Amino acid sequence: MIKADSLVKMFGPKLAVDGVSFEVKAGEVLGFLGPNGAGKSTTMRMITGYLPMTSGTITIDGADIVNNPIAAKSRIGYLPENAPSYPESTVEGFLSFIAEAKGLAGQAKHDAIEHAIGLCQLEKVRHQTIDTLSKGYKHRTCFAQAIINDPPILVLDEPTDGLDPNQKHEMRNLIREMGKTKAIIVSTHILEEVEAICTRVVIIDKGKVVFNGTPAELRGRSPEAGTVTIATSKVEYQEFEAAAKVLPNVAKILDKGKDGNRNLFAVVPRKATETCLAGDVKAMMDAKGWSFVELHTETGKLDEVFRSITSNETGEKKAEE
Amino acid sequence: MKNIWIIAKRELSGYFNSPIAYVFIVIFLLLMGFFTFMMGGFFRSNEASLGAFFVWHPWLYMLLVPAIGMRLWAEERKQGTLELLFTMPITVNQAVIGKFLAGWLFLGLALLLTCPMPFTLYYLGSPDGGPMVTGYVGSFLMAGAYLSVASMTSSFTRNQVISFITSLVICLLLVLSGYPPVTNLLLKWGAANSLVELASAFSVMFHFESLQRGVIDFRDLLYFASLIVFCLFTTNLVLKNQR
Repeated sequence: MIKADSLVKMFGPKLAVDGVSFEVKAGEVLGFLGPNGAGKSTTMRMITGYLPMTSGTITIDGADIVNNPIAAKSRIGYLPENAPSYPESTVEGFLSFIAEAKGLAGQAKHDAIEHAIGLCQLEKVRHQTIDTLSKGYKHRTCFAQAIINDPPILVLDEPTDGLDPNQKHEMRNLIREMGKTKAIIVSTHILEEVEAICTRVVIIDKGKVVFNGTPAELRGRSPEAGTVTIATSKVEYQEFEAAAKVLPNVAKILDKGKDGNRNLFAVVPRKATETCLAGDVKAMMDAKGWSFVELHTETGKLDEVFRSITSNETGEKKAEE
Repeated sequence: MKNIWIIAKRELSGYFNSPIAYVFIVIFLLLMGFFTFMMGGFFRSNEASLGAFFVWHPWLYMLLVPAIGMRLWAEERKQGTLELLFTMPITVNQAVIGKFLAGWLFLGLALLLTCPMPFTLYYLGSPDGGPMVTGYVGSFLMAGAYLSVASMTSSFTRNQVISFITSLVICLLLVLSGYPPVTNLLLKWGAANSLVELASAFSVMFHFESLQRGVIDFRDLLYFASLIVFCLFTTNLVLKNQR
């Protein structure tokens, strides 16, 4: 549905997006991650046809965004960063304008507005002017705008920004539900959100794609992924190590110190994805007759992976704007 | 065409959903009335014509029209709605024309509300209808020309003050280049006659006065039309290239 091919965007002499390519199919929710100023919003603006690219091509459902912008744009619902809207119009008036601009009229327009208001729970504020609304309502009004003509493609720049935890939950459910049939791109800073809604993740850093895969694969990149941690008060490290190092697929065994009166050990596998190390360790513990209070497999920490694959230059100039 | 109307409708509703429309119309009418009656000597001239009314239009529009035009694009830019607008299945051209038309229609409405002036004349005497009608047409065209200038300056910036001041200065130049005290001064300084004539041909003053005589001259219409088209075309170019 969305196909971006070697996108390049220069702002004057500054390279903001450098050869980004990816594809999103219907039924996919693509999480778009990256540090501030990595080129996320710039890329999204190019996909939606707001910014012209310096080079590269974008095809939206077969329509080229540069050569056939009207056809391409009519298939995209876009929630820009900071959810802009016209403050002096009412929620209903604003949605009515967007519906008309997207080519809806008469009963179809009426139904589309009702549907969007219902989905985004704007019933209570539909006659209020937008500048009197709270941030969460403003955000949802702009989201309603994006989905109003039920487009096959959604581009959402930080869709849960400014929402309270309940609203975030609702929004994620909504996106996940829509992602079953639509092609969706979501940019976010919240890593747990990626796991909650995305079927695939693209991480860009300094304008380049540095990761493209599933959230599970991203976790797998963590050095801790697959490590089995055991907490026990009965066994000392030497005993444990001697017994555990003979298990298959064990790279090393670590003494993680004490938590209260419990000893903590970690068994690191050679390959994170191989077999069931936790099962082997448990079988060994049972055979020895050692009891334990905790035994679990680390799935890897997303934020660690994120930090390790993106450069850590906080406060670096923003490439966007 | 439909898209142009959709954009224009939203822009117009923006005026009337905020105090802008009402404040503008009240001030517009107050200033028009004040200058016509107090400064222009509408009654004292003892003439059944709107000359004392129209003579102020080029000057008043200079202040009031940029006030409407300055927000056309600067506001969209500042609020980020430009991004919404240009990701809709609408062309830049349609948006430029739609927003311009909304402003122009609004100015036309404000101008229409001055209709008690000609009614007064009809009540008091028997004025010549022709010059009044063409005067109104000229005034409306002039408002459109000023507005297109303001639309252009508004597209350059997100700052409404800059937009206001630059369009005011451009409008001032358009007026002064044909304002007799200025053209006389230029002649006295030794500027060639043909040059001064050329400059005044670029002035709204020249064409507006010509229209007040009761004849619609094609050249005057062409002047206003080409000024508007040029400014809107520039607006279009700026918006396409400066995102």
